[in-house]
Amino acid sequence: MSGFLTIVLITLVFIIIYQIAKASEYASVLRGKEKVERQTNRTIAWLLVAFFFLGLWGIWECHQALKDKMLPVSASEHGVQYDMMLTVTLAVTGIVFFATQTVLFWFAFRYQSTEKRTSFYYPHNNKLELIWTTIPAIVMAGLVVIGLRNWFAMTAAAPADAQVVEVVGKQFNWIIRYPGGDNILGKRDFRKINDANNVLGLDWEDKANMDDIIAENGELHLIVNKPVKLIIGSRDVIHDVGLPHFRMKMDAVPGIITTMWFTPTITSAEMKQKTGNPDFVYEISCDQMCGKGHYSMRGTVIVETEAEHKAWMAKQVAYYATMNAPAEPAAPQAEADTTHSITMN
Amino acid sequence: MANQVIIEGTHVAHAHESHTEHHGHEHHEQHFITKYIFSQDHKVIAKQFLITGIIWAIIGALFSVFFRLQLGFPNETFPIMEKFLGEWAKGGKLSPEFYYALVTMHGTILVFFVLTAGLSGTFANLLIPLQIGARDMASPFMNMLSYWFFFAASVFMFVSLFVQTGPASGGWTTYPPLSALKEASLGSGLGMDLWLVSMALFVVSSLLGGLNYISTILNMRTKGMSMTRMPLTVWALFFTAVLGVLSFPVLLSGFVLLIFDRNFGTSFYLSEIFIGGKALPHVGGSAILYQHLFWFLGHPEVYIIMLPGMGMASEVLANHSRKPIFGYFAMIISLIGITVLAFLVWAHHMFVTGMSPFLGSIFVLLTLLIAVPSAVKVFNWLTTIWRGNIRFTVPMVFALGFVSLFISGGLTGIFLGNSALDIHLHDTYFVIAHFHIVMGVSAFFGMFAGIYHWFPKMFGRFMNNTLGYIHFFLTFAGAYLIFWPMHYEGIAGMPRRYYDYTAWESFKQFQGLNEFISYAAILVFFAQLVFVINFFVSIFRGRKLTNPNPWGATTLEWTTPINPGHGNWPGEIPEVHRWAYDYKDDGNGGDFIPQTVPARPGEEVH
Repeated sequence: MSGFLTIVLITLVFIIIYQIAKASEYASVLRGKEKVERQTNRTIAWLLVAFFFLGLWGIWECHQALKDKMLPVSASEHGVQYDMMLTVTLAVTGIVFFATQTVLFWFAFRYQSTEKRTSFYYPHNNKLELIWTTIPAIVMAGLVVIGLRNWFAMTAAAPADAQVVEVVGKQFNWIIRYPGGDNILGKRDFRKINDANNVLGLDWEDKANMDDIIAENGELHLIVNKPVKLIIGSRDVIHDVGLPHFRMKMDAVPGIITTMWFTPTITSAEMKQKTGNPDFVYEISCDQMCGKGHYSMRGTVIVETEAEHKAWMAKQVAYYATMNAPAEPAAPQAEADTTHSITMN
Repeated sequence: MANQVIIEGTHVAHAHESHTEHHGHEHHEQHFITKYIFSQDHKVIAKQFLITGIIWAIIGALFSVFFRLQLGFPNETFPIMEKFLGEWAKGGKLSPEFYYALVTMHGTILVFFVLTAGLSGTFANLLIPLQIGARDMASPFMNMLSYWFFFAASVFMFVSLFVQTGPASGGWTTYPPLSALKEASLGSGLGMDLWLVSMALFVVSSLLGGLNYISTILNMRTKGMSMTRMPLTVWALFFTAVLGVLSFPVLLSGFVLLIFDRNFGTSFYLSEIFIGGKALPHVGGSAILYQHLFWFLGHPEVYIIMLPGMGMASEVLANHSRKPIFGYFAMIISLIGITVLAFLVWAHHMFVTGMSPFLGSIFVLLTLLIAVPSAVKVFNWLTTIWRGNIRFTVPMVFALGFVSLFISGGLTGIFLGNSALDIHLHDTYFVIAHFHIVMGVSAFFGMFAGIYHWFPKMFGRFMNNTLGYIHFFLTFAGAYLIFWPMHYEGIAGMPRRYYDYTAWESFKQFQGLNEFISYAAILVFFAQLVFVINFFVSIFRGRKLTNPNPWGATTLEWTTPINPGHGNWPGEIPEVHRWAYDYKDDGNGGDFIPQTVPARPGEEVH
């Protein structure tokens, strides 16, 4: 019933608006078309001016309300460069934005039609065209240079001492694999995947896999100030590892291995203080639409000191040991830890 | 109607030989069906495209209201949605599956059905023959087919909304493997097949139309109408057609491979996939290949959407400022620049797919290069209104709004085209804000400017001005209110295409803002209904045209009678003696000289 009433009400409002609009049309015929047109022209010119100033005020208010939420503190080394480049680009485009919008609204108001005005026949001026072809080209060249310098720095090969971690996306969560003591990620094969006991399809023929550690809860533990190289893959559809605080993003594509590296510079604990938010957590968002659970595909990043990381790592059990614990005679210790890590999960 | 019969009854004498063979049909009383349904008259086909486009636009906009309700009020229920969507919104709460279907359909409908078919389908059909002085298209029959293929595409797409597993829901870009595998998503079932069939038909429609537009412009210009005397609308529509003809076939090939992967067991896009509890046999394909094929159209598509708006805004700005467009040749050269560059920048949508950084750097360079012709256009528009005599008619305010929005949306492209910045902004709300302002709202403003400007030509009546101004100010303000704050969300890294942000520590802070944006979106939706009502009521009840050239325009379409019949000019086709922008003193107190007026002695003509 209320739905019906709403529809009736909306229809009525539309009819009223339409009737008023129609009436104004008849009125203009009665009062003399020319005179009404002049009046309308003036009104609209002033309305556009009002729009312009309200717009400026709106931009100011919007900025005041949102500037603190806009860009989270950069928590990676290159993120600082990124923020600088963003600021430069914002400044350049901001200047152009305000200049051109002001000119647009100014000209519109200044050269509104009046009885006395005639337009100025001005079809072309090659010098002007040359000026406003060259200037944007130079500015763009500048932005390209800054951009490419950063781009090549970000996409350069990771330092040799980087921590290596694999991140694999699946509908709808992230699986993290650490290389274990040998620091080598063993081979994996999608045909060997089994959700019960081999979520990444590790090839047990490859001995490098034996000590690999898998975190199915999507928790990525990193060491502060130590470069990390992520080896990114996907089990099913395309996902994307999005790390807003680290200013990084890379697709996870089935059948293709992608990589990215960065150096986290602020631990999670420090970040909680910095933001004043005790619940603060670095998040991994999936940034490539991957199905109905796309919005819930959340991972977390824990940045900790080297000592903390060591302590945490020591508590982890190799995936092979976890899955084959009962059959392994040599791993009573590991079994105890497994239950521990499961409760943690 | 009376003069239509006269036109068709009279034997038409031809001024220009090349037109004789294209005319000569339909010298009899026409049946309703051949006149309004299976019509070969370009003007009727234009109206068909426009009205179909408007219907789709309402559907697409309504979908955005539905998903904005979810985004703005994730914890509330809206029983009214259940009335519309049934089981997809049980208890008034949108299901995630259908949220994604709505997002996908909103994109597909608006990008292809409204801003491609509805925009260039309408205005290329209406304006090309009228403005170059032709009686119809090069092939009126192919032109008719173009509309009916679009209609068939529409039917398939519409049907797909009602299948049990829902319409396609992999985003308007439908990236495989998500779109290729039924196990990956409900919408990748029958809905996706229908989507592909519909889009294939759509490509056919677009190609039939585009080829026709190109050949008409190249071959059927009236005497005196050299290429450099054509209005910029025709130039813009010409390059739109060129872009479509060169890029849509690539999209179709991408779709054909996708159909094969979906139904015939090939592995073009699929490799090493474990889904639905089993490993699939596909090995060796590349999911990225699809993205290359898609964006090879996808990027030119952006300009297919933008160029008609640019052309119409140029025409409207010049006409209502009573001034020639500034830098006519620079405008054409920048159109050429945009058209060429449009084909060389597609991979800027793929900076984070793991592509070679070196290749990425080339695309950065070429992408930012597009800013140059775009800037030239903006400066030329600004100089066009400088020292003009501006009449703030409804089309004019929309054209001014177009320029404002084009600047706002264009500038944010500089962020996204620079890969080092894109790496953080990619697939966030920043992208949504950018492309909605520039190719969404701005293109719509170009389209509205065109509709309000040429409505008198189409229907012999005016649209209501007051409603037009209400429509303009609500939409202009509303568009900025919706999309401006989204930049902030994007810079914070908030990903697009999320159903719910409440579980995210980094993004839930924007809940209040999302609510605000949803209110603005609903406001803008109702503002569009003002337009729709104005449009349809004015067809029948609008103020009648008495002057065949109500805007004081120089171009040829206004030399036809009010409500021209098939063949456009009752007598000879007018001959053209000057360029399309002679807005200057005609010596008798008028402020424009139509293209048909011969040069006065001693006058220098363009």
